[in-house]
Amino acid sequence: MKYLGCIAGVFAASMAAAETPELVVYTYDSFVSDWGPGPAVETAFEAECACDLKFVGAGDGAALLARIKLEGARTDADVVLGLDTNLTAAAMETELFAPHSVSAEYSLPIAWDDANFVPYDWGYFAFVHRTGVEAPTSLKALGESDLKIVIQDPRSSTPGLGLLMWVKAAYGDEAPMVWESLSDNIVTVTKGWSEAYGLFLEGEADMALSYTTSPAYHLIAEEDAGFAAAAFDEGHYLQVEVAGKLASSDQPELADQFLAFMVGEAFQTIIPTTNWMYPAVTPEAGLPTGFETLVTPIKSLLVPAADAPAIRDAALAEWLTALSK
Amino acid sequence: MAYRAQQINPLINPWVGLGAAAMVAALILGTLGVVAIYAPEAGRLGASDWAAVRFTVSQALLSAALSVLFAIPVAKALSRRRFFGRSLLITLLGAPFLLPVIVAVMGLLAVFGRSGWVSQLLDLFGFPAIPIYGFHGVVIAHVFFNLPLATRIILQGWSSIPAERFRLSAQLVFSARDVAKHLEFPMLKRAVPGAFAIIFAICLSSFAVALTLGGGPRATTVELAIYQAFRFDFDLGKAAMLASVQLVMAGAAALFALWASKGQAGFGKGLDRAAQRWDGQSRAARIGDFAAILCASLFLLVPLSAVATRGIAALPDLPSSVWISGWLSLKVAMMSAVLAFVLSVSIALTAVRFAWVESVGLLAIAASPLVIGTGLFIVIFPFASPQDWAMVVTACVNAVMALPFALRILIPAVQDVFESYGKLAQSLGFSRLVMLGLVVLPRVRAPLGFAVGLAAALSMGDLGVVALFAGTQEATLPLQIYRLMGAYRMDDAAGAALLLALLSFGVFWICDMWGRRNA
Repeated sequence: MKYLGCIAGVFAASMAAAETPELVVYTYDSFVSDWGPGPAVETAFEAECACDLKFVGAGDGAALLARIKLEGARTDADVVLGLDTNLTAAAMETELFAPHSVSAEYSLPIAWDDANFVPYDWGYFAFVHRTGVEAPTSLKALGESDLKIVIQDPRSSTPGLGLLMWVKAAYGDEAPMVWESLSDNIVTVTKGWSEAYGLFLEGEADMALSYTTSPAYHLIAEEDAGFAAAAFDEGHYLQVEVAGKLASSDQPELADQFLAFMVGEAFQTIIPTTNWMYPAVTPEAGLPTGFETLVTPIKSLLVPAADAPAIRDAALAEWLTALSK
Repeated sequence: MAYRAQQINPLINPWVGLGAAAMVAALILGTLGVVAIYAPEAGRLGASDWAAVRFTVSQALLSAALSVLFAIPVAKALSRRRFFGRSLLITLLGAPFLLPVIVAVMGLLAVFGRSGWVSQLLDLFGFPAIPIYGFHGVVIAHVFFNLPLATRIILQGWSSIPAERFRLSAQLVFSARDVAKHLEFPMLKRAVPGAFAIIFAICLSSFAVALTLGGGPRATTVELAIYQAFRFDFDLGKAAMLASVQLVMAGAAALFALWASKGQAGFGKGLDRAAQRWDGQSRAARIGDFAAILCASLFLLVPLSAVATRGIAALPDLPSSVWISGWLSLKVAMMSAVLAFVLSVSIALTAVRFAWVESVGLLAIAASPLVIGTGLFIVIFPFASPQDWAMVVTACVNAVMALPFALRILIPAVQDVFESYGKLAQSLGFSRLVMLGLVVLPRVRAPLGFAVGLAAALSMGDLGVVALFAGTQEATLPLQIYRLMGAYRMDDAAGAALLLALLSFGVFWICDMWGRRNA
């Protein structure tokens, strides 16, 4: 019976698809969750596209890319949303992505001229702490302090990789020394962001690696002004989240329409209070109240996408050596 | 042994069980093979991978040894003491094993962490906090997870000694040492190697626990190296290679267990009277037993109560999607339980003739969820949309993952049935189905209920295999917990975690109680 039901479902779905075109967007899991941007974005886009927008969630950014690699050109996906600049070079190597035709007035801290990927939001990595903790003003000062931090493993987590690139971009060859000085501050290293932030909130550490926008969640959603991100003199590493169109898409026009919609007013208004990141194009009404309280780094650090894979491998080796002593 | 095996043959059709074992082996080795073939080149292991292997083996050995060592006095005490709430306590002690990793770790840290209850207590008396992060933290966590399992397996061993043997030993005025020598030691020799091998295999594939409590990349396990190979380097060849290393280690443990418990015959049949015990009446023995039960209960139940107190406030106001996820997880659990029942009974029957089939089960537990998931994904993708199969895959894989526990606890029981009643059943001309329905199943109901409950509970908490398959809005409860945490909603996540713990525990309790009714 169950299978009959399945088959009936498949027929019904394909019949429906014959009437309205379906756009399949692969994204990371937290995007499609009830508390992420997915549901609102779906409603907004479907209102203007006469199509069925289907989000498919797969782990996080790196798992997303792995899934696209596994599926290859046979993939159902028309658009992949949720890679960042650490992954775009590897994504281009698959030769599965097609150039886009989107242009917009980005409010990114850097110039954007990638022919294949369109940014939809961005943020700075930062150490978040409760107000009242005397926060250090640099990575080096953090290493010299007695503060306890919890970070993510770069091998399994996007922010973990972000910190790796941050230290490397700020200190280059001195990065191993910085890691050695940080090693006695690190309470533990977790698999993903959720575990690390959870441990921090439970009081296991004074600070957790997260984003400068994290305090905005506590302020806006919980009305708790008790959190802040520490501003560091070296500058903060930037994460730019992007989407790209697949060359194998059977709905190329719809995919283009979605990418254009993505940098438009409706989508960008949804982002700040669902993904808790800065929108790639600031909406006309500006940022939500509360975002003005966030720290603005004096300097943005970002390794060029093309150099990211090589730097990443070298930095990981240094990280492992420094923290395994 | 040989002549006896010949005699019970007619009552068992070994092909059913061998078929089931072959399917399990195909799932584990087949998916591994698919990943290896799919990879453009064979993987090579570097120095850091071997360091991961060394760390993995050393923590798994120590964790398994300590779990079993502590379990013996606890099981002994539970087997000979009767007190109010004993039955509930035995079921409750199984809970840590059933909890999703992240929930259990949070519970442990609420007690042993930097700002945990123990540290606060020490601080009150002016002592410094004891850091939990490090090699010892990994071992503590693994003992926390596996002590209950070891206790259950060994307790099962104690209850397999017929009441008449204890009666006889009392009539012969056996000292505690005599009881140990003639009854308990032979039983332990049969039960302990299997328990050790299973826990060793579980600890082999540990990842999030080892990393979080290990305090950093020093605590890199093979499973984490597989994760790195998959998502950091997309080196499927290496992932397959590492997964093979993990399987070989589990295989070695399985062989060791078979060898160590070889030649230990059962205690023969009894009259199924409730065991009345005359040993252990001395004051020292009573105090010892009380202490063992108290320590184990505190160690296991205090972190669980931390999970409960953390989640209880958010429980009534959970978003409706969490409840829907709970229902979805329940359906998966039920599917998994049915599958586990069929697989474990058919394989256990075959194991009466071919003892080695049990080792197929042990492979399942050390198999890398990521590699199984990837292999299945590669196989399913050309034919169907993987997210449509997510629930079926979760149920199947978890039924298989629960097999080693099911078999470890079922096989000795089934063997005893055949040794004790095989000849009688044959002389009465029982058919295979009558034998199964009237003799075997009623007599192994207790271990079977435990095994099926375990399969159901394990699939409630599973996240590993489906990660790649997870599709649209439909999410199982563990995935929903991660989504809540990912959306900063830690309080709701704690509530959902408590719900998951209650549901897992509930399905386990129902199955276990069914098994232990009148037992």
